[in-house]
Amino acid sequence: MVNPDIQGKVYPRTAAYLVGREKVREFAKAVFAGPESLDLDHAKSLGHADLVVPPTFPVVIQEQSLALVINDPAAEFDFSRVVHGEQKFSFRRPIIAGDLLTSELNVVSIKSLGGNHMVTFDTQIFDDKEDLVCIATSTLVVRGE
Amino acid sequence: MPKIEELEIGQIIATKEFSITRDSLVRYSGASGDFNPIHYRDDIAQSVGLPGVLAHGMLTMGMAIQPVVSWLGDSSKVIEYGVRFTKPVLVSANEPSAVLVTATVAVLNPENNQVRIDLTTTFQDTNVLGKAQVLVQL
Repeated sequence: MVNPDIQGKVYPRTAAYLVGREKVREFAKAVFAGPESLDLDHAKSLGHADLVVPPTFPVVIQEQSLALVINDPAAEFDFSRVVHGEQKFSFRRPIIAGDLLTSELNVVSIKSLGGNHMVTFDTQIFDDKEDLVCIATSTLVVRGE
Repeated sequence: MPKIEELEIGQIIATKEFSITRDSLVRYSGASGDFNPIHYRDDIAQSVGLPGVLAHGMLTMGMAIQPVVSWLGDSSKVIEYGVRFTKPVLVSANEPSAVLVTATVAVLNPENNQVRIDLTTTFQDTNVLGKAQVLVQL
């Protein structure tokens, strides 16, 4: 299912992700978001330099870090048996189109529960000034055989 | 922007019904990069023991907060948002699935002007997101 020894492991920083304006629009349409994520003039009228992302957009960045775990042979992560259990985002500042972001994932805990593994990851997302922008916390349930 | 002194605990600040179709799932797959086929192929969904295609949990999570964002007028006022994925939202090939979101004031913190809004996200009379809490800065 997953190797419990990766608890506490910190995965390397991901390559910089440029938050593109059209990507924000594409994601916004997919989650039925509002004009702050679609209309540049509207976003600017709210005081933002560019489009502001919908609250769950950091999942795209989290995904880049999670790919490192899935592709880590030492993790022995069986992704075909994974169900998303919980998700949380804590923002230090809003993410705006034009931001250049990297992320660093830490395996917080691995618990066994009823034949399943519950794995909790913290992904810290930083901007190009190394300021923390958002922490994405994800709990995945890896179902037993 | 809503004012904290005009809010009370238990007050419903927004409700909205969303209609999710297979098109919605394909669009979210492309936008998010989550191309797990259980979100567009019934045969594969059934082969892993599911009744059929289901919506991405992250699509439901992303959608459920939108009535709160509309109420705030700006997604940057959201400082924390968390959910538990408790039940799947099944989406058939030709019929839309109706998901009803109700957003209620749960906690008022006048000292820092923060409010916790709790969401109830209902599909076929069942809440599909547990402990769905949004902390907002007014």
